[in-house]
Amino acid sequence: MPAVELRGVTVSFAGADGGHTALRDVDLEVAPGEFLCIVGPTGCGKSTLLNVVAGLVTPDAGEVRIAGAPLAGLNRAAGYLFQADALLPWASARDNVAAGLVFRGVARDEARRRAEDWLARVGLAGCGERYPHQLSGGMKKRVALAQTLVCDPKILLMDEPFSALDVQTRSLMENELLSLWAADRKSVIFITHDLEEAIALGDRVVVMSAGPGSRPLASHAIDLPRPRDVTEARLAPRFLELQRELWHSLRDEVRKRQRATEEA
Amino acid sequence: MRRAPATRRLLAWQLGLLAVVVLCWYALTEAGVLSPFFFGRPLVVAGKLVDWFGSGAIFAHLGVTLLETLLAFVAGTLLGVGAGLWLGLSPFAAALLDPYIKAVNAMPRVVLAPIFAMWFGLGIWSKVLLGITLVFFIVFFNVYQGVKDVNPAIVDNARMLGASRRQLLRFVYWPSALSWVFSSLHAAVGMAFVGAVVGEYLGSAKGVGYLILQAEGSFDIDAVLAGIVVLTVCALLLDHAVTRVERRLLRWRPGQRDSGTH
Repeated sequence: MPAVELRGVTVSFAGADGGHTALRDVDLEVAPGEFLCIVGPTGCGKSTLLNVVAGLVTPDAGEVRIAGAPLAGLNRAAGYLFQADALLPWASARDNVAAGLVFRGVARDEARRRAEDWLARVGLAGCGERYPHQLSGGMKKRVALAQTLVCDPKILLMDEPFSALDVQTRSLMENELLSLWAADRKSVIFITHDLEEAIALGDRVVVMSAGPGSRPLASHAIDLPRPRDVTEARLAPRFLELQRELWHSLRDEVRKRQRATEEA
Repeated sequence: MRRAPATRRLLAWQLGLLAVVVLCWYALTEAGVLSPFFFGRPLVVAGKLVDWFGSGAIFAHLGVTLLETLLAFVAGTLLGVGAGLWLGLSPFAAALLDPYIKAVNAMPRVVLAPIFAMWFGLGIWSKVLLGITLVFFIVFFNVYQGVKDVNPAIVDNARMLGASRRQLLRFVYWPSALSWVFSSLHAAVGMAFVGAVVGEYLGSAKGVGYLILQAEGSFDIDAVLAGIVVLTVCALLLDHAVTRVERRLLRWRPGQRDSGTH
């Protein structure tokens, strides 16, 4: 049974100009323990797709199933790492990480203890007292990662989480993400506009068409060996082959689409 | 708290400026360039202050004015915070009440003073009510704005982490509104004093405003100025207290000096 299953999902947004369709007729499956990367151009509705799986957006048509059960309201099995900085600015790093546990009714002392534990796991031992504005961009992402993972979600949704980081910090975070993921193999949906990042991280890469009304175009299995080091993986000959294959399918789809719009 | 040398030097300059202004005032009135009848004399004003505080005559009046101010400040703030949170979180109520709130806010609310005097008499309550109407709107608008301005990503994140509606209010909306509350409280302190003193002008038997009115009636400009000095110092002290509480509660904000870990 797939961990996440989307069937015929369509999402439209109302607007002054009559609105637009962000996603049209999307079918998607994520297997338990699978690391799925979704690539697509900016504005192709990738974030909307993630919001649908999170239950933050209700689709106008179609069905969302989480571990076989239809999704109603927020997806309680999912943790969401947002693209934007979404930490509570008025809470210390430790209290930010503890927040999810406190919301779930864990006693405050116990929540703080587990938060400290997770801060250490993401390499921020001893930084618990700091407020978000006292942390660098990379450190904030670590706190956000700990904040999500401390709740032990079955499904991890990530929306271009590292796009604002510099190259070194980014590879560092990608490697840490992979080792954290390898520890207990959650299902991951990782969204990025960077094809290389998608290949380096994922078990499978799904390419989305450009919006409006975008949908998955192609799905490619990534057969690079694990455990991976993202910097090493990028230099492997197989990585370049995969990159070429994906580019070709992406280019063919884009051409097909262009022809279709020209004929219409 | 230790002050940096630069801050200390600035403070010296600021006090120096005050001294220069007072000295000019002294020189000009003593030389007769400015008429002491209209501009008063600093030494006489100081003498009045010493007299008032020495004999204790001021305390009854000051106590009444401060009581009115504090009651108006606290009640107006609580009501403003409550209304701001409520309207910020329920768009229908906000849309429904919007024109009325705009109207009442646009109205110069000091005109309500005679009505309050009729309803509540010449005691402290008419002044407190006037102060509340002045304080309420400042705080209300800021809290309302603060609640509506919460970053939606933070709200979504908290919801995904499992926050209930009540937890969102406590852990997200309330702290966000709090920083706005404090920026409004500085203005609110001044407004609470305005309510008390204007109310006293219009009809009272006690209070610093009453004292000033009496002095004005007998053309005693020195006593008027002494009353103004007393009110200004009290307002500054209250404002300082607000700043102290603000520093304590808003430690998380960037730019707070005592954050320490950097």
